[in-house]
Amino acid sequence: MVQYLLMKIFRALVTVTLIVSAAFVVLRLSGDPAIIILGPEAPPEAFEAFRRNWGLDQPIWVQYFKYFAAVFQGDLGNSMRDGRSALVVVGERIPLTLAITLPALFIKLAIGLPAGVMAALYRNTWVDRLIMMLSVAGFTVPSFVLGLVLAMIFAVWLGWLPSGGSDTWAHAVLPTVTMGLVGAAVIARFTRSAMLEVLGQPYIRTASAKGLLWRDVVRSHALPNAAIPTLTIIGFLVGSLVAGAVVVESVFSWPGVGRLLVNAVANRDLAVVQVILLLVGLTMVGANLAVDILYGIVDPRLRIKRLQAGS
Amino acid sequence: MSALLQVKDLKRHYEVHIPEGLFGRKASLKAVDGVSFAIEKGRTLGLVGESGCGKSTTAKLVLGLIPATAGTVEFAGTRVTARHDAQWRAMRRRMQMIYQDPLGALDRRLPVITQIAEPFEIHHPEMPAAERTERSALLMESVGLRPDMAMRYPHELSGGQRQRVVIARALALDPDLLVCDEPVSALDVSIQAQVLNLLDDLRERTGFAALFISHDLKVVRQMSDQVAVMYLGRIVESGLPEEVFRHPQHPYTKALVSAIPTPARRGKRERIVLEGDPPSPVDVPSGCSFHTRCPIAQASCRTVAPQLIESGGHAVACHLVNAGAAPAVQAAE
Amino acid sequence: MTIDTTPGLEPASPAHASGSVFTSKSRVGAFFEAWPPLVLIALFWIGLIAVVVVGAKWIAPYDFMALDLRARLIPPVFMGGSWLHPLGTDELGRDVLSRLIVSIRISMVIAFLSTLIAAIVGVSLGFLAAYFRGRVEQVILMLIDAQAAMPFMIIALAVLAFLGSSLFLFTVLMGFYGWERIARISRGLAISANERGYATAVRDLGATPFRIYSRHILPNIASTLIVSLTLNFPEVILLESGLSFLGLGVQPPMTSLGNMVGYGRDYIQSAPWIMLAPSAAIVVTTLSISILGDWMRDKFDPTLD
Repeated sequence: MVQYLLMKIFRALVTVTLIVSAAFVVLRLSGDPAIIILGPEAPPEAFEAFRRNWGLDQPIWVQYFKYFAAVFQGDLGNSMRDGRSALVVVGERIPLTLAITLPALFIKLAIGLPAGVMAALYRNTWVDRLIMMLSVAGFTVPSFVLGLVLAMIFAVWLGWLPSGGSDTWAHAVLPTVTMGLVGAAVIARFTRSAMLEVLGQPYIRTASAKGLLWRDVVRSHALPNAAIPTLTIIGFLVGSLVAGAVVVESVFSWPGVGRLLVNAVANRDLAVVQVILLLVGLTMVGANLAVDILYGIVDPRLRIKRLQAGS
Repeated sequence: MSALLQVKDLKRHYEVHIPEGLFGRKASLKAVDGVSFAIEKGRTLGLVGESGCGKSTTAKLVLGLIPATAGTVEFAGTRVTARHDAQWRAMRRRMQMIYQDPLGALDRRLPVITQIAEPFEIHHPEMPAAERTERSALLMESVGLRPDMAMRYPHELSGGQRQRVVIARALALDPDLLVCDEPVSALDVSIQAQVLNLLDDLRERTGFAALFISHDLKVVRQMSDQVAVMYLGRIVESGLPEEVFRHPQHPYTKALVSAIPTPARRGKRERIVLEGDPPSPVDVPSGCSFHTRCPIAQASCRTVAPQLIESGGHAVACHLVNAGAAPAVQAAE
Repeated sequence: MTIDTTPGLEPASPAHASGSVFTSKSRVGAFFEAWPPLVLIALFWIGLIAVVVVGAKWIAPYDFMALDLRARLIPPVFMGGSWLHPLGTDELGRDVLSRLIVSIRISMVIAFLSTLIAAIVGVSLGFLAAYFRGRVEQVILMLIDAQAAMPFMIIALAVLAFLGSSLFLFTVLMGFYGWERIARISRGLAISANERGYATAVRDLGATPFRIYSRHILPNIASTLIVSLTLNFPEVILLESGLSFLGLGVQPPMTSLGNMVGYGRDYIQSAPWIMLAPSAAIVVTTLSISILGDWMRDKFDPTLD
């Protein structure tokens, strides 16, 4: 178990290193930041000062190691636009993003899991077809279209909810629902196929042949086994909370991390983009690690495999 | 005159991990463990043995498809290595293989004539397309395939016809050596004889040398000028087919020969039934590897591995035979 | 009706009549079994889109950039407009239908080229991993894992931030969407092809690795690859339109579907058609291609053969 954990943590660290290095490489590839920020007409002394300030006059590998050291000390530079620490700029937006993404995650699970299980249990009936149709629609309708249509109905025509901003809790309803519905479609589809896979296994037939009530077979045999692959996709969704919020926050002018990212990209505020990139990378890696650890606890097959391989 | 193919002390061991005890242990699986033989130009050596005795591994080693752990293979004076470089590829022109499963060896998305023509495309890219087609058609004819089958796909042919396609492709470039790995064991019995006759026929006409591998003694006897019997990665007896099968010396060969159902000899010879399965090649018994199943094993057989000793063209690896039926107990040290 | 079960019998005339009705019915049934109506509709729409993409120049009634300030915000024909502008006009009096046609063309061309890039990158890396195994394979697998672990939207935004946006760069960037899935599939299929014997047999004939992979393995796994590329295609459309909607993808004066939605959202109250027309085009197109892809996957499932 310890060996398994250590290996997973090691891989997570490798991934983080890769992400940081990729950020550095892309940063260096993107041309001279001095020209981008100051503009080509700036006086030469200003360039000199800028380069010295950002350490751009040193050899590339020195810059690389300094970059790494800085990242691990939490020094990620200042926003190139408003001069404040990029970490602070991003940090103050995080609660706002969580305020809509966490309830959205709840909606995804509350709708997606039961819908997927139902579709699998009533395979090839109208229940299954209806759920799958909605799920395919959820896959193919882009979130900005869904968001705008919801805004048109509930804000423009019915006037029940505001269409943009973040002043009251009512402003959070539409972005939350939009994200929740799109994500529910993804979860429903994965849960369904995980359930179908499990229901086709011989041990399910054995369990029902033993004379167990079907209800009990599903509850004590099918659901726990289907939970394992479903965990992976939930882990991915948790890790990509910020990514999922990018478009929806922009649609509803919700001032979270996603919208900050879009603005930073449009303004080429590289320090802020970089912080968000690392933030997303770390959440992804963290979520994956959590899923791996949960796997180890939930899946008895993994436990046995570990015993065989590691003992 | 030196032999076309010279194999010396060929070994192929696999590292395997055995889940045993706390950490498991590493062991080596001795698929082929010291095999030597030679094939003269135009002659055929038959290799027999139970499945798992290392016949197919020997075939792959001879062609350089997999690297050997030790020992050498020389083909027409050149070392055969398993480095798949340009030289190795060029050597394929002279050594070819026929597989047990013809359907698996053919690309199911190409018509058979294209596949028969492929060796020309690979080794003679300068050959005009018309000549390629013409020669492929001739090849089809010579292996007994009708011209209207040219554009068919492998799954549209019968097992025997597919094997004919594989044979035609292997013979396209007139190889000097053909390795046949169980070429008929996947076919119906009625078809087997036809394909064997075809191979025999082609051998007479084109004069290739062959390494013919089978678990079927009758098939090997029909095809070979020389036979070798393998047990657990080693050759235990070799010689002329008539000699080996009429007067088997090694107890293992005796058991194999006695198992051939021959109605004419019923009652004349007692059938020797071997007890147990062959031991795993991971745990090869010490001494003579056959002693665990040998009906006449002596104490010395457990400790000393017998050498393959030739006398009058017939070689046997057995203490009892080589000591003139007298148990070689003294040799135990 | 039991007579139908014995077709070998000499048909008596009434039985023959009912038999022929029965077979013609089953023929229709068989047709729709092989081509479900939903798939036919999807194919029809994809065909229409293909025509629009190829013939955009001739089909579009107006120049997509032509302004007509006297004809601003005219509603489409079914909302009280006129046939002069079937889908209405936008805030600058530009014809929405013409803009839609050009947008479809640009979005589809980007999605097509991107999918092509993803296919080339994915298949090459997948084959390299399958051929070399060992360390090269480990590196490629690590790249695949890293790519799969990051939401592509974030990567795309970061690259756009660092490198800025041009149509060429944007298309190449979209081309990196989904390569890891294709690479994973190609690697798996190539490894199993190598184990199946035909590839080994051709190698034993003396074929070069290039010949083995291009002439034998690629055609053998093509159907599976085409299915997965078909399923990749709508996702690229969604990604492209999402980024263009955010104003970070296709830049004006060029237009794309997401781009149109992005500009149309400002008129969601007064002129919702500007936004709805491209939205509908995105949804119906991605839906059609997904339906086609799912159907193809069920039909040519490689695990079935």
